[in-house]
Amino acid sequence: MVQYSAERVDASFAALSDATRRGVLEQLGHAEASITDLAEKFQMTLTGMKKHVGVLEQAGLVVTEKVGRVRTCRLGRSRLEQETAWIERYRQLWHQRFDALDAVVGELARKEQADGRRQRR
Amino acid sequence: MDAGRDGERIPMRHETTVERTSERELVVTRTVNGPARLVFEAWTTPALLRQWWAPKAYGISFITCEVDARTGGTYRFVFGHPASEQPMEFFGRYLEVTPYSRLVWTNDEGGEGGSVTTVTFEERGTGTVIVMRDRYPSKDALDAAIASGSTGGFTETFEQLDELLVGLVASQSQI
Repeated sequence: MVQYSAERVDASFAALSDATRRGVLEQLGHAEASITDLAEKFQMTLTGMKKHVGVLEQAGLVVTEKVGRVRTCRLGRSRLEQETAWIERYRQLWHQRFDALDAVVGELARKEQADGRRQRR
Repeated sequence: MDAGRDGERIPMRHETTVERTSERELVVTRTVNGPARLVFEAWTTPALLRQWWAPKAYGISFITCEVDARTGGTYRFVFGHPASEQPMEFFGRYLEVTPYSRLVWTNDEGGEGGSVTTVTFEERGTGTVIVMRDRYPSKDALDAAIASGSTGGFTETFEQLDELLVGLVASQSQI
């Protein structure tokens, strides 16, 4: 299940506000890459790239794994995971709507009952 | 104790399920307490729709709620959200309105890729089972709706950005 947190939304937004980070995501969409590869491709220092990847990782957009001395980066979510997450959010939306609908229908039923009682008197 | 009294007031909790039943169809099911007649009324009367269609937790509020619930009639919902300057608009046409049991409408705000929604109300005991089917014109249209990240709520405005991007990247990598 996908948890909705304001922090997570903020993190995603912050992560995507930077052109380099959007480029990194696009790059990782083609293939996994090490931080060294990414630093070279985007012509920046290893430290700079580590920071960018860290931001993407915090937003859940990228996951990294260290094997030996190399840290490999890939996209955080597969298409299937994305679909599952969307369906869960869609379910949440309708669940809240239906809870509210339940309350509206309950109120209508109570009103009718009360009106009926009044008429019978 | 208060707990007992509160327990009486809280109606039975119902599950809401969503399933992608085919390449181009989503089905939402839910039972609500009350007769189908009242569920139908709540679904087709603007003043009542306003009370439930925009969940409070999402921070969405109605700006416009126009509903002409007759076969061939149209509807138009416009929502606002404090975090967004742009209002969000949903509109379409009722293809079928059968009192107390069935509503069919188009979702035209997304252009040609829009789904057709069929909702049925069936009484079971003191409740009404609601089955809502969203049928898209094609698998691609449903996939695109999912990839857009939007479910019609508003809080996701920012999150959908990342899903959109990840979706685009993923589709590129599949070519």
